[in-house]
Amino acid sequence: MLEAQARRRQQRSGLLLALPAIIWLGLFFLLPLGIVGVFSFLTREAAGIVSLPFTLEHYERTFGVFSVVLWRSVWISVVSTVICLLIGYPLAFFIATRQNNWVRQLCLFMVVLPFWTNFLVRTYAWRILLGDQGTINAILQGLGLIDAPLTLLNTPFAVILGLVYGFLPFMVLPIYASVDRFDFKYVDAAHDLGANDIKAFFRVVLPMTLPGVFAGSALVFIPCVGAFVTPDLLGGTQGLMIGNLISRQFGQSLNLPLGSALSVTMMLIVMVALLAYVRLGNRRLGG
Amino acid sequence: MSAAQTVQQSFSSEVKTRTFEVNERQLSLDRLVRRIGKVGLLFNPIFSFFFLWAPILVLVIFSFNDSRSVATFSGFTLRWYLNIFSGAVGAGDNFSTALLLDSLRNSLVIGVIATLISSVIGTMVSLALSRSDFPGKRVLDAVLYLPVVIPEITQGVSLAVFFNAIFGWWNMTTGQRVSMGLETVIIGHVAFTISFVAVVVRARLADMNPKLEEAARDLGANEWRTFWAITFPLALPGIIAGALLAFTLSLDDFLVTFFTSGAGTNTLPVFVYGLLRLTVTPEINAISTIMILASTLLIGISLALQGRNAVRG
Repeated sequence: MLEAQARRRQQRSGLLLALPAIIWLGLFFLLPLGIVGVFSFLTREAAGIVSLPFTLEHYERTFGVFSVVLWRSVWISVVSTVICLLIGYPLAFFIATRQNNWVRQLCLFMVVLPFWTNFLVRTYAWRILLGDQGTINAILQGLGLIDAPLTLLNTPFAVILGLVYGFLPFMVLPIYASVDRFDFKYVDAAHDLGANDIKAFFRVVLPMTLPGVFAGSALVFIPCVGAFVTPDLLGGTQGLMIGNLISRQFGQSLNLPLGSALSVTMMLIVMVALLAYVRLGNRRLGG
Repeated sequence: MSAAQTVQQSFSSEVKTRTFEVNERQLSLDRLVRRIGKVGLLFNPIFSFFFLWAPILVLVIFSFNDSRSVATFSGFTLRWYLNIFSGAVGAGDNFSTALLLDSLRNSLVIGVIATLISSVIGTMVSLALSRSDFPGKRVLDAVLYLPVVIPEITQGVSLAVFFNAIFGWWNMTTGQRVSMGLETVIIGHVAFTISFVAVVVRARLADMNPKLEEAARDLGANEWRTFWAITFPLALPGIIAGALLAFTLSLDDFLVTFFTSGAGTNTLPVFVYGLLRLTVTPEINAISTIMILASTLLIGISLALQGRNAVRG
């Protein structure tokens, strides 16, 4: 009797404590997302106004006219994630295998500190470097390697560079945690069984640190798909991504349903990536 | 005989007949691989740290450059810094020092209020999730993680749509005009920082020994007293860390602010974005350098605080 009463009381206090968060997230996170979901099927009446007949028109446009941008967003994100992995894995491995605790902390700090400066400022720094009259072109011309300035800014290349720069720490930190937890006695065992370094790495170290790789890849891929600032400041028209398209629908063209359809599509891509991450992670755990 | 048995037998016979001949060529190849690997592993951090730091260094260096160029360094000057403080931030009246300070003040006001609200709500929901059971707990747990993974732009856009719809309806029914401003930005910031606070505070609560709370209750303290005497002081480092994270995220946020601020309410990132889009002036380098310095200081302080907590246990 008493126990049941105590449990009910505990349930009530739990619900009461959770209530502000439930209300806030329900009202200012879930409800707005729901509205966007509904809007994506509505008709655009005038700038900023939507009306009833349900239509698939905006999704048709998303996957029709705008499929170029959609596709570009996905491939830019994939390439950026892969580059982050190729740079980030060895870096995380290097940091995690330092014996001196102080050196390890310093290295981690060196990775994280640039990350704490404002994202806009960090992206802007690349504009200085990549411009026609920018630092990189000045150096290359000074060395006599090129005659005319290279077009670096306002290309997909600049966007990828900016994204890798922006999200590299997201890749390094989870992989660092994985490698740090890895017991290097397994490598000794692999060597004893006749494996060389390459074999030991690909058959022992990599499989056992895959959770970090998956987590890092998801953490990089998702913000890449949703990127707005990087393609906006570095991409020009050639590097336009979905984020820019969405913001345009809510800015200049005020086409709310189209913007909503694009947002829903972006969320779907993110959800697919997340699902793949969870699936892959589970399969690893399963065997 | 089944296939598995065949494999097993051939395997064991292989083991028996195996001789340990050292293949000299293979061995030297392996040594070469190891050497390349070691050098490569040293080369990568050098490259990576250069990649991470060079842009920031270039930005800082050219903020002291005595010409408008970002290609050649022609001498040291503090002109751009002095310009910021004497009224001319760039592009005429669009970017005055007064507006810059105004946007900085907005950033701080939004940051402080949003952090206070989201730390309280975030701590409460963390307690609920880690200390009690209630219907719908699992759903709440999942929803709480969504703002962390969903792209910021969708959050910004959906809030913009939501506020426009609400304010439009309000205008129709009451005739009063309401528009987005500081309040809507704060609401948006709280909505996405609650989750981050909750993640940090829950980690701290999970590390705590529940026996301490039980002991307090056994000694006759009610829930309220147990919370303030035991749970809160022990969870405080986590709450402070969560609040600092929320404050940094709020100060740094551009997208949610951009879509929920309406016309006329700038925060520092929105102001800087406008500046970056419209003009290229050396003053931007100076502002950026000040921002880098400020965030470095903030990190230093928070690390020092955490260090002190760690020492105290």
